[in-house]
Amino acid sequence: MNKAATIWEVFIQSKNGLPHKHVGNVHAEDKEMALQNARDLYTRRNEGSCIWVVKSEHIVSSVPEDEESFFDPANDKVYRHPTFYDLPDGAKHI
Amino acid sequence: MKNDIFSINLQKHNYLNMQEEIFQDKINAEKKIEPKDWMPDGYRSHLIRQISQHAHSEIIGMQPEGNWITRAPSLRAKMILLAKVQDEAGHGLYLYSACETLGVTRDELNKQLHEGKAKYSSIFNYPTLSWADMGAIGWLVDGAAIVNQVSLQKTSYGPYSRGMIKICKEESFHQRQGYEIMAHMANGTKEQKEMAQDALNRFWWPSIMMFGPQDSDSPRTGNAMKWKIKRKTNDELRQNFIDKTVAQAELIGLKIPDPDLKWNEERGSYDFGEIDWEEFWNVVNGNGPCNEQRLEHHKKAHTEGEWVREAAKAYAKKQTHNE
Repeated sequence: MNKAATIWEVFIQSKNGLPHKHVGNVHAEDKEMALQNARDLYTRRNEGSCIWVVKSEHIVSSVPEDEESFFDPANDKVYRHPTFYDLPDGAKHI
Repeated sequence: MKNDIFSINLQKHNYLNMQEEIFQDKINAEKKIEPKDWMPDGYRSHLIRQISQHAHSEIIGMQPEGNWITRAPSLRAKMILLAKVQDEAGHGLYLYSACETLGVTRDELNKQLHEGKAKYSSIFNYPTLSWADMGAIGWLVDGAAIVNQVSLQKTSYGPYSRGMIKICKEESFHQRQGYEIMAHMANGTKEQKEMAQDALNRFWWPSIMMFGPQDSDSPRTGNAMKWKIKRKTNDELRQNFIDKTVAQAELIGLKIPDPDLKWNEERGSYDFGEIDWEEFWNVVNGNGPCNEQRLEHHKKAHTEGEWVREAAKAYAKKQTHNE
């Protein structure tokens, strides 16, 4: 039997209305244990209102070596930013 | 270019040099390094050594304090100590988690500890003889750890830095509870004050040794500073801790056991006496009062937990079958 424990990534929502944020990982064998371990490890001081746990092997990540080409499509579209546009002097509330 | 073995090696060499240059530029620009980024082998191994040593220290550090949980003098003190020891376990786990992002497994880290290949902070090889030692550990040992960890919040490796930020937020309760114990005892009966002074006498020198060898004897400091793994040298951190702590001792009427301790107006810092480096290396090399006991206890707990880990695995397997 493979002895190494399964690793789960932990995401915490600090309060309703805010996004879940990655905080680290825990070792656990099943999802219930993963949630309980995450609670004991990452929310000892009421840091969260909701916890997500996801098996690390299920996370798909982009790779830093491809960073340039991967994000390249956004580089030449400055017109997506509001500062790109010329407005007549005196325009307000826009 | 010819593709003989010589030119292939040369190309590889040039490629590595280029990668290393890009890496160092990032470090110099205060950009964090993340797990999937290219990094020199030496950077990776230095981090694994430093972070695992840090993690092991948190876990082994549970033992000297755990020793007093059943004998805490009040329910309040007991609840606080329990919470503190639980925090130490948490800190160990944050650090193992950061260390694992470098491609090493928890099992491997435990193995290195059990085989004596990985160290932990020598301070935990000293025994805790009285309740006042709980005060001295919180105040001095956690105090020294805070000085070190505050500076490590800016370490160049992302996961380590994030772990340090979280730990620092939790750590100041530890130091305050320790100082509160010391202040109570120092203001208590004559015997209590003597116990507090005795604890300070025993823990002072080992605490300032926690920052490690002097810079002149610290061979790895060069790379660690260049790569911004460490942000301040051992001697800078030690001085910082001493300068903070002297006035705290004075305030509660305890005396730091160093006859050479003197304010140096010119430096704006305290001068202090010679550290007994022979003792330091002796304890680092396994000959402190509790080295064997600490490691044996860790091995025993690990071995005795084997069936729990197996049962958890078997249960998880069954659950998956039933789904």
